[in-house]
Amino acid sequence: MIANNSVLGLIFANMHDSTVNDLTKQRTMGSVLFGGRYRMIDFPLSNMVNSGINEVGVITKANYQSLLDHVGSGREWDLSGKKGGLHLLPPFGHVGSGIYRGRIEALNGAWSFIEHSQADYVLLSDCDTVATIDYRPAIESHIEENADITVIYSQGHYNSAKNQSATVFGMDETGRINDVMINPQMIGECNIGLNMFIMNKLFLKKIVKEAMSRSLYSFRRNVLQAKKEEFKIMGYEHKGFYAKIDSLNSYYDSNMSLLETEVRNKLFKKTSPIYTKVRDNGPVKYGLESKINNSLIADGCIIEGTVENCVLFRGVKIGKNTVVRDCILMQNTIIDNDCNLSHIITDKNVQIGQGRVMTGSETYPLFIGKNAII
Amino acid sequence: MYIKKDCVAMLLAGGQGSRLYALTEDMAKPAVPYGGKYRIIDFALSNCANSGIDTVGVLTQYQPLVLHDYIGSGQPWDLDKLHGGVHVLPPYQTSLGASWYEGTANAIYQNMSFIERYDPEYVIILGGDHIYKMDYSKMLDFHKKKKADCTIAVIDVPVEEASRFGIMTCNEEDLVVDFTEKPQEPKSTLASMGIYVFSWDKLKKYLIENENANTGSKDFGKDIIPNMLQDGQKLYAYAFEGYWKDVGTLDSLWEANMDLINPNIPLDLYDPEWKIYSRNKNMPPQYVGKNAIVENSMISEGSLINGTVDFSVIFSGVTIEEGAVVKDSIIMPGSVVKSGAIVEYAIIGEDSVINSNSKIGIRPELVDNKDEWGIAVIGHNVSISEGTKILPKQIISESI
Repeated sequence: MIANNSVLGLIFANMHDSTVNDLTKQRTMGSVLFGGRYRMIDFPLSNMVNSGINEVGVITKANYQSLLDHVGSGREWDLSGKKGGLHLLPPFGHVGSGIYRGRIEALNGAWSFIEHSQADYVLLSDCDTVATIDYRPAIESHIEENADITVIYSQGHYNSAKNQSATVFGMDETGRINDVMINPQMIGECNIGLNMFIMNKLFLKKIVKEAMSRSLYSFRRNVLQAKKEEFKIMGYEHKGFYAKIDSLNSYYDSNMSLLETEVRNKLFKKTSPIYTKVRDNGPVKYGLESKINNSLIADGCIIEGTVENCVLFRGVKIGKNTVVRDCILMQNTIIDNDCNLSHIITDKNVQIGQGRVMTGSETYPLFIGKNAII
Repeated sequence: MYIKKDCVAMLLAGGQGSRLYALTEDMAKPAVPYGGKYRIIDFALSNCANSGIDTVGVLTQYQPLVLHDYIGSGQPWDLDKLHGGVHVLPPYQTSLGASWYEGTANAIYQNMSFIERYDPEYVIILGGDHIYKMDYSKMLDFHKKKKADCTIAVIDVPVEEASRFGIMTCNEEDLVVDFTEKPQEPKSTLASMGIYVFSWDKLKKYLIENENANTGSKDFGKDIIPNMLQDGQKLYAYAFEGYWKDVGTLDSLWEANMDLINPNIPLDLYDPEWKIYSRNKNMPPQYVGKNAIVENSMISEGSLINGTVDFSVIFSGVTIEEGAVVKDSIIMPGSVVKSGAIVEYAIIGEDSVINSNSKIGIRPELVDNKDEWGIAVIGHNVSISEGTKILPKQIISESI
């Protein structure tokens, strides 16, 4: 068993922002809303906490107001204790740190925090993957294998036409990584990296300082790819459900996949809950003429109309005689009476007036930005 | 070092609630689930938090485990404070011996040292068994403005119910001129809500006198209020208008839940300015399945609905399987209604299982003799075996 305080969690809140421009216009990838009541950062944060990690740093770059609001003191994840806790690491946190150009520069900017931690190991995670993972066996495997770097991956379908910013790994029979491809032109079953890495702290320090001295900023290109022979890089397979958000389409599909009972059972386990900021909404209220079919609905919604194949976030209102199908409606979206919507994604606080008809398509859901009034 | 507080709240939460039978067998009444995601005590605690009262003593006695666990540090209600906050106060032993709380006044008397630490000007006494939203700070302002010794919150009740309450007669200045606890022939319909603001020095004096007189009841309604009135102290009635519901009986608990889905009842759980806080269970959003029928109901987080739900309140983490029917009923957290089971006009406690093809309760229109009809009740952690029929008014507290 590894002691709780021997692993430091580091979460990169802004990585991959550009893959979902619409959603990250006013927020970080980590604060993108997901699954009715969550934000993307809830998954790595809860996984870390459920794996006994009690010290977590969150590295941010820009647009982080909503992230600060969301994580607060870290109390909702049990990270406001005296030992460890949640630490936000914005740019310009100390002399010499600024807007970073890559993961290595970001780590260098946060190094005084990392240095200060008593942990022997560091677990890095981005916020683009939805999964429930117990990191403990991955860390144990890292120690047992005496690896320099352990990368967590899943077997899944990769399509270069659809997937952006993917890392695909090749491995020998011992699980050692012998090939690292970034956005390869191919279609098929692959070992897809989940952007989660485990390293010894001293090793991480060595590679960060070395790369910085040569002005190399990309962890994937300048470390994983360039040094795969020199370093012992091991793969650890996550076998459960995972969803990578790398486009508005994948965002839509991953939310919709929660309508499958099997997916929900793999993601929401009683023994390892996904924690999030509590908003103290009332329960969902269904009106006299409500018709609900195959939908995921968060607390605080008030539904008078018809809802089919939808994910409704907290505090959504659906008016009388309104039909919404195949939609994702984020927090506090208000749809008035007599509307008909299908394949729409609304960001927070969108209001749609009486009698509107709006249609997107399965392959191209229509996105309506934050605070829009239609 | 204790920082002086203007007002300390004392919340009486030790009652058994024996008229809730199976539902209060292993938890105190204030801990009984209500309204989909709450417990009854959430209303009083949230009212305190929203009224700016940050020091609350919760007096517990009967089956306190669930209640203590639920209140915890008070964080869900913003009552985990550096100075003040929520304090659970069960009976304790002293050098003179140990005694249970003998009455509402005695319970406060035994905790005078808790109140004194904050050196308050005022103490507000609350119950933990009503559903209502009230701004206590307005009542406190009223008390100060009237320079009262005691202010009693009152509500207008129907004449036929008046003999269940402490009934007051007031002059046009709201000064109480007469108070009778549970009168046979009520002189008015102004009923005490069991919410009192006292000037602490006055209350302290009367608590000590009452304790020394040893009347046996040691109760606010029976002793303290009549004694103060007799001595010519200034007691005022503070009129409350709004939703206020006692949930002390199975029928009233059922009704109070059903009120939440009645659009004509003015209890708003969605007001962002006056949220009712509760301890969150970190459950995913609810899922309503492909063959589900859900109408006119309230359903909470973590529930899985594949059957029919109509005119019902479904709490968090409940499973209603495909082919199950739940109508005009309350299903408390974590319970399962299996395929083919029918639940009508019933209350199902926490973590119970209604197995396939069971039938719990019956619609009133199908019963000829109305005296035989009532809500059917299944307690907590009870399993009802396949094909069992539970009649109206039946109360089941052990698995069958």
